[in-house]
Amino acid sequence: MEGLISLAVKAIFVENLALSFFLGMCTFIAVSKKISTALGLGISVMVVQAITVPTNNLLLSYLLKPGALAWAGFPDVDLTFLGLISYIGVIAAMVQILEMVLDKYFPPLYNALGIFLPLITVNCAILGGSLFMVERDYNFAEAATYGLSSGFGWALAITAMAGVREKLKYSDIPDGLQGLGITFITAGLMAMAFMSFSGVKL
Amino acid sequence: MSQTKKEMLVDPLVDNNPITLQVLGICSALAVTSSLQVSMVMALAVIFVTSFSSFFISCLRNQIPGSIRIIVQMVIIASLVILVDQILKAYAFEISKTLSVFVGLIITNCIVMGRAEAFAMKNPPVASFIDGMGNGMGYGLILLLVGFIRELFGNGSLFGVTILETVNNGGWYVPNGMLLLPPSAFFIIGLIIWAFRTWKPNQVEEREYKIQQVEAH
Repeated sequence: MEGLISLAVKAIFVENLALSFFLGMCTFIAVSKKISTALGLGISVMVVQAITVPTNNLLLSYLLKPGALAWAGFPDVDLTFLGLISYIGVIAAMVQILEMVLDKYFPPLYNALGIFLPLITVNCAILGGSLFMVERDYNFAEAATYGLSSGFGWALAITAMAGVREKLKYSDIPDGLQGLGITFITAGLMAMAFMSFSGVKL
Repeated sequence: MSQTKKEMLVDPLVDNNPITLQVLGICSALAVTSSLQVSMVMALAVIFVTSFSSFFISCLRNQIPGSIRIIVQMVIIASLVILVDQILKAYAFEISKTLSVFVGLIITNCIVMGRAEAFAMKNPPVASFIDGMGNGMGYGLILLLVGFIRELFGNGSLFGVTILETVNNGGWYVPNGMLLLPPSAFFIIGLIIWAFRTWKPNQVEEREYKIQQVEAH
């Protein structure tokens, strides 16, 4: 249990997907102009991340790993090279299913998050989360924790960024830095602030 | 097609750069720019994937049904990325270790999807190939620029060869360790954007709020 909590804190602050691995940057920069939209997108990413990382973990341990197909009578088969294509398939399918479920049973939530869901398929943070899960060899419990907390960390970062940018538009910025340029520099300062969490041990 | 082939290749380098103007593909790449060699491999991988994915998607563009086009595009892109990943693992294992998950993340790199969607679905294969290559090169250019600055000033070397002798090895150069950390890439890109837009003022964005000038009496 302690291991899982420290994993979660690490995934939220120290190894924040957006600010220390640059994942999901396109959406991070493009959709962080208003707090309300940023929050909506952040929550969608968190939900999708919390579903896809554990699912991909199951996929890896029961279908792809060397020897994982032993239950089906093929102990020598190694399908890890199919990893990338299956993870992205799972992500695309999960996003599609989530969209349909929300549409059917939670229309208000669907209206709030609907436009962001297709964007999420190509959000690097989601695929990145699954790939880190594979690389670090997490078991199922760790994968579930990592999925939820890394999604939370991303949501936190984009909401904070939107808060800064809402104030920033009133500032007097040199012409060349206007818009994209100053956003990058702000993101850099935020990344430095998040780095000060490193070394925190639980 | 009004643009010539050469324009299509050169245009995305500065005038319509995918990173500084279209805000595409910033996602995965910045974490790998702490050394020039790794940035170079990453840039080549992305150029390969964008040009060939555009080519194949364009070949199939009349057969792909609109409703499932994203999945079809994903499958083509993912297959190319698997190819790159396997080649790197076989012939450049050390570099593939440094790149870790970022090769896989080329799949979700917005440039690849963006060009497939915006250009390859509407244009013939050869033109799409050149367009993909041009955009890959525009991306690679920024990557190499950032990699150059970060490795030279952060480590005093280029491609692992010492250029500025650092203090630790008895030289005179005090390396800026900050440049090896992730946040520096944001600053460098921000400054590159500033430089590009000072050079090409038509890329400057409109202000949302103008500060009123009040004349003093």
